[in-house]
This record gives sequence, C-alpha cells and structure tokens, in this order.
Amino acid sequence: MPVTENWKPTIVAFCCNWCSYAGADLAGSSRLAYPADVKIIKVPCSCRVNPMFILRAFEKGADGVILCGCHPGDCHYSTGNYYARRRMTLLFSMLDYLGVEDGRTRVEWVSAAEGVKFSETMNSFVEKVRALGPNVRLGDLRCKN
Amino acid sequence: MQELIVRAKELLASGQVARVLGWKKGEHSYDPEVAFFNDAESLQDFVYDGFCGANLSKYMIEASKLEGKTLVFLKPCDSYSFVQLMKEHRVDREKAYIIGVGCWGKLDVRKLGAEGILDVEIAGDVLKVSSLYGDSEVAYKDAMLERCHVCKGKEHKVFDETLLESADTVDLDRFAEVERIEAMSPEEKFAYFQSELSKCIRCNACRNVCPACSCRKCVFDSTAFNSEQKANTTSFEEKMFHIIRAFHVAGRCTDCGECSRVCPQGIPLHLFNRKFIKDINRLYGEYQAGADLEEKAPLTSFQTDDAEPGADRR
Amino acid sequence: MYKIQKADLPKLYASIAAESDLFLPVKVADQTNFGLYTETADVDIDTLKTVKSAKDIFFPQSETLYKVRRENDNFSIDVEQHRTSPFVVFGIRGCDVRAMTVLDKVFLSEPIDSYYAARRQMGTIVSLACGRPDTSCFCKVFGIDCAEPEGDVVTWLVGKVLYWQPKTKKGEALTEKVASLLEKADEAMVESAKNAIRAIVKKLPYANLSLEKWGAAAADANFDSKLWEEMYKPCLACGTCTFVCPTCQCYDIKDYDTGSSVQRYRCWDSCMYSDFTMMAHGNNRTSQMQRFRQRFMHKLAYFPANNQGMFSCVGCGRCVDKCPSHLNIVKVIKAFEKEGV
Repeated sequence: MPVTENWKPTIVAFCCNWCSYAGADLAGSSRLAYPADVKIIKVPCSCRVNPMFILRAFEKGADGVILCGCHPGDCHYSTGNYYARRRMTLLFSMLDYLGVEDGRTRVEWVSAAEGVKFSETMNSFVEKVRALGPNVRLGDLRCKN
Repeated sequence: MQELIVRAKELLASGQVARVLGWKKGEHSYDPEVAFFNDAESLQDFVYDGFCGANLSKYMIEASKLEGKTLVFLKPCDSYSFVQLMKEHRVDREKAYIIGVGCWGKLDVRKLGAEGILDVEIAGDVLKVSSLYGDSEVAYKDAMLERCHVCKGKEHKVFDETLLESADTVDLDRFAEVERIEAMSPEEKFAYFQSELSKCIRCNACRNVCPACSCRKCVFDSTAFNSEQKANTTSFEEKMFHIIRAFHVAGRCTDCGECSRVCPQGIPLHLFNRKFIKDINRLYGEYQAGADLEEKAPLTSFQTDDAEPGADRR
Repeated sequence: MYKIQKADLPKLYASIAAESDLFLPVKVADQTNFGLYTETADVDIDTLKTVKSAKDIFFPQSETLYKVRRENDNFSIDVEQHRTSPFVVFGIRGCDVRAMTVLDKVFLSEPIDSYYAARRQMGTIVSLACGRPDTSCFCKVFGIDCAEPEGDVVTWLVGKVLYWQPKTKKGEALTEKVASLLEKADEAMVESAKNAIRAIVKKLPYANLSLEKWGAAAADANFDSKLWEEMYKPCLACGTCTFVCPTCQCYDIKDYDTGSSVQRYRCWDSCMYSDFTMMAHGNNRTSQMQRFRQRFMHKLAYFPANNQGMFSCVGCGRCVDKCPSHLNIVKVIKAFEKEGV
C-alpha cells in the first residue's frame, strides 16, 4: 500500500471517563503534543466498549483503534476494566487470526495523572499505524468516498 | 431405534410427557427432519440413525413454553447445549424429560461423494450408497461430520435416563485446524478468510440453528443498528457478522458444530468459535461450555493477573 | 449446430470476455457460484447446481439505487445508472433459465423495474443442458425439459465436446463473434444425449409430483389447512431456502449511513424473517407458521392466481438440498397430496 509522505491515519481512542479521559485533559492542559488525528470517544468505563464499537470504528474509516482505561485495580467501578481486558484480549486475538495487521489495535491503561503517558501512547500508536498505511482489511468500501 | 419408540410410547401413555421431540423419517434415508410427535400413532415415523445430526436442544426453548413435559432425545453433545441453555435460563428443566441417546458419530451427506443419491444403507462401518449413477461404498468414518472426529466425549451432561450405547469417534485433534491457520502469515490468513467469507449469503442459518444464539431479538435484526442483517453488501459486513456472532457466543459455545453443518456454502464456521475456545483454554484455564451448571463463564469472570490484550503478539 | 472441444473452452471464455463481461460458474473455496470470468477464475461447469442461482446477475442480492451526499447546505443525489454494456451468462441450467421468465412476470410488468429490465436487455443467456440430473431435481413437474433448456444459445456437454446451438438473434450475434472457435457439427450426438438425459429424468424420485392440489384455487382451499401447523415446526426461520431460490423475488429497501452520505440500496428479503413486510403498525404475519405458509402459498397458489397459472417454482431442488432442517417444497406438495386439506 503506497502511503504518501503526508498521509495521516485516523485514530479512534475510546477513553474511560474517570482515568484516561482525564489523562487526555491533563495532556492538553500540560501542553503536551499528540496528533490531532486522534478522535477521542468518551465512554463511562472501558468495560462499556463492545467489540462491535471497535469494528464499527474501522468500518467508518478508522485506521487504528485504541482503548484506554483505568489501570487494573483502579477502575472507578472496581472491576469493569478486568472484564474489558478479557474481552479485548479475545477480540484482538481474533482480529490477528483473521489477518488484520496487529498494530491497528491496542489497549493502554492511562490514569488521570498520566498526561505524559497519554501523549506518548498516542504518538507511538499513530506512528505505528502510519507505518502500516491505510486500513483496507477491515474497512467498508461504501464509507470511502 | 425400536427401544426409543417403545419408551416414548410408554411415557406418552402414562401421561408423564405430553409430546415427544425427535427425528422423523424424511423423503429419503438421509434427510430426517426434526419433529414433534403428539401421539403413539405418529411415532411410527420416528427415526434415530446416523443422519439425525440436528441438535434438539434449541427446540426446547420453544417447547419449554408449552403445556406439560416434552420428551426430548439428546445426544451427548446436545446435552452440553441443554445445560448451557439451563444456565442461561432459556429452557425449563422441569418441562423436559430427557432421554440421553447414544451416539456413534453423525453423517454428512455431502461427504458421501456421490451424485443423485437415492438411498444410503448404514451397514455397520460401511455406508452402501445407491444412486442414479451407480452404487458405491463409503466407510462410515469417512462420511462423518467434522465435529464427530473431534467429539467432546460421549457422556451425557443432563438426562433422566439413557438408551443405546455410544461409540468413540475421535481421531483428529480438535485444535489442529485452528493451529494451522494461526501459523499462517497475516496475508495468508486474510486471504483464507476472505475467500471463505466471500461465499456468505447472510441467510442466517448458522445463527438460527445455534443453541447459543438464543436471544429473543438478535442485535443484527435491530432496525436501529445500521446493520445489513440479510444483505451481503460488502466484505466488511460478512466479517463483522461472523466475528461478532462468534464473540457473542464466546464462552457459551459448546462447539456442537451445527453452524458448520447447516451452512449452505460450506463455510467452516466452527473455526471462529474454536479459536475463541482455544484462546480461553490457554489464557483462562480449560473451560467447556455446558459441562457444568455452576462453573463461572470465562467472560463473566476475571483474574487480577490476566494477560494483557495483545500480549502474545510477535 | 456447432461444437467446440471442452479443452478449448478457456479460449472461448477469453474471447467472449474480451468483448463483454462474462458470468459463469466459478469455484471459490470449494463451492461453485456464478461469478465474473477472469483469467485466474476456477471455472466449473461440471457442478450441476451452483449454490446460489444465476438470479444474482439480473437481480443482485444487494444493489445501490442512489446516494445522497450533503454538501454545505445542499444535497447532491447520485442515481445509480442502468446497465448499458452487454454481458454474457454462460452455463445456466434449464430451471434457472425458466426462473428468469418467472422474474420477468414480476419485474417487467407495470411498473417496470428499469434496473432489472436493463440487465435483461443487455444479457445474453447461454444455457447448458443437465448431463446428470440430481435426486432433488423436479423441473419436469413444471414442464421444463432440462435436456433442451431455453436460452439465447443452448449448449450440451457430451463427453469432451460442447455442442452449441444459437436460438435467438442475440444468440446468433454471440455465435458470430466467436465463430472462429466453433466448428460445424452434426446433431446426432446431441439427440442421443438428450434421450439419455430424458431417460434419467424419468427415474427421478420427484419427477411425477402431482400439483393437482395447487394452482390459483389453492389460495383459498389450502390457506386454513391444519397441515401448516404441523409442518412449520422444524423451520428455523433462516433464509437459506429463499436465498438459494432462483425465483424468490421479494426485496427490501434500506438506507446505509456512511458517515458522509446515505446510500439507499435494495437487498433480497426473505419471507422467513421476522421483519418481513414490517410496517409502521407492525408486522402482518406474526408467527413463523404464517411466514412458512406464505412461502409455499406464494409459489404454488398466489403466483399462479396472478399469472395465468404459472407456478413460481421451477423445481431446481436447491431448497431441498440446502434446508438445515430438511424441510422443503416437495414435502409440502406431498403432504397436501396425501392428506388433502
């Protein structure tokens, strides 16, 4: 897949309301840079993210999808992220099995205090997806017009 | 087979059961259909042989709503599905009288390798096929459904009584095919599934036959969901449907193989479910859905030290 | 009558495909369906029945009708164009060709379905006689002769030779285009092949199904039969029978939101599905029994009532082969034959 020099991937980041979204806020207020192509979707808890959300994001044009939540043990709802962890582990394994490039999905635990981690995570994820090029294998042709 | 009919007649006559759920003789020897029998007379059409592959557990969801008990014949692997449905409160154990029937492997008519089949005689280990274009013989084992080669075991997980002896049929490794795909490069994997899923016609047979797909309204039938539901519009839709369907039954799928048996396009759908089963076994400990009524399901429980998503990527 | 060696067929395909799209049975992942010819396609004309019928080519399972895009404060509407380039369908069996006549009754009656009409006009049908009919075939019941199918060109595969007989103007035009690959042939071989096929057809278990209980009058007579209540029970409510059927013509029209536009498309619907004919007030068939009855009554009673007695089943037997529960139209016909109403 030829990628032009200035091609920018579209990244969807699902961030939990309590930790990661606050982490993104902190990154912003600390003036830490991360690419503007990261579209953040706030969810009440990482556990809210249905596997279908991830696929839908790819369908509608995302080139990479990342899920951020509270660190295991720190979930605002005590255990939500533990369930999310199992679900995403299985889903990512299935996507690998279907031959979707494994760099397009990631889970990262980011606390409200980790503005730096948030920005670094996004920067490295965007770079990885950029290297992979546009998402073809999980895209929907109808949305590419 | 006669003992099944005799027992069914007894139970009907004594009033213990109001009806019988079993298999009825088809047009030919190889196409029995699922049927409810309401009286002794109708039981003359009852059959139970190698072609009775259909898993009757799913029909018990509807039968649980009927007046009185239903006598149902469950093969060992069907009994796993029944336990799973009990666990999910989708069937009523009190409404079922379960006779666990023995199983010695079920047959796939597509594997007989003959055109214009008129009749198949099951003669022990050999199938005598007579067709419009000549007769042939096939070893019973060679015509078995894939699922029977990797059978979970011939022990009934729920029953009131059992009839007929089972025979062991395992001669393949359950996860060999999954491992073969796992070993491919991402490009090969993608090409393989793309080619298989491109055949999908979205007929929903896999979903509707699946005992784990027991939702009253499927998410794919929701009008609010922007899903194609019945149209094979783009390759994305087919992937979406099959990934999500497999995910929705992950940890609940007993690997009964009905999805692959009924697919009109011969898509090996069990490979999706089995991938999840393999991952669950590896990551969260051996788990067999439907084996135990009390055991916690892998996706509704957790350990604090579970593997991280994508931890095993290269 | 012309002929071409079977071994030379790839040349024939390439020659047709050089001028127009060519659809023919192609094997993908071990299953044969109609597909577009390419140099690498695994063409399979030996399989008797493709899983899906050739209906897909004229009436696709899903097709976009138009797209609506929002541009600033305006909407732009992009209407899907009619097919204007000719194409050839090779290897359709007799039942599937007749199925086109059934579809014509629906789509070419007023109001004419212009998308379908354009494809019918642009398409040239090259049919193929059935060498080895299957147990589930019962086209004879509907007066179809699978030894001599309809079509613009009719072909017979006899041993290693394909015989080629143009029947219509379109067929003659196609024959002219590929004339350099064909040679003149004698009809004797084809005649004996036809007789052999007809002899097999006579032996088919469903060849003599009686349709006496069906037709226009059955619409009233069979509707309230108790048999439906018994027969529907094993039905899983999947759409396999309708999607493999060459004559099922019901469709749904839906919108797809791409995020930046809306695409209106139509797709096959199935009377087996719970949302079939769903309207604002709800659904007028509320049980699976009613949906099950609808399928068979439509094919065997309502359609003939509206189309001078023509049944909308062609006896291809695909539903017989593919039903997960081994339910099918043959069992329905026989049940009524045996038990009356």
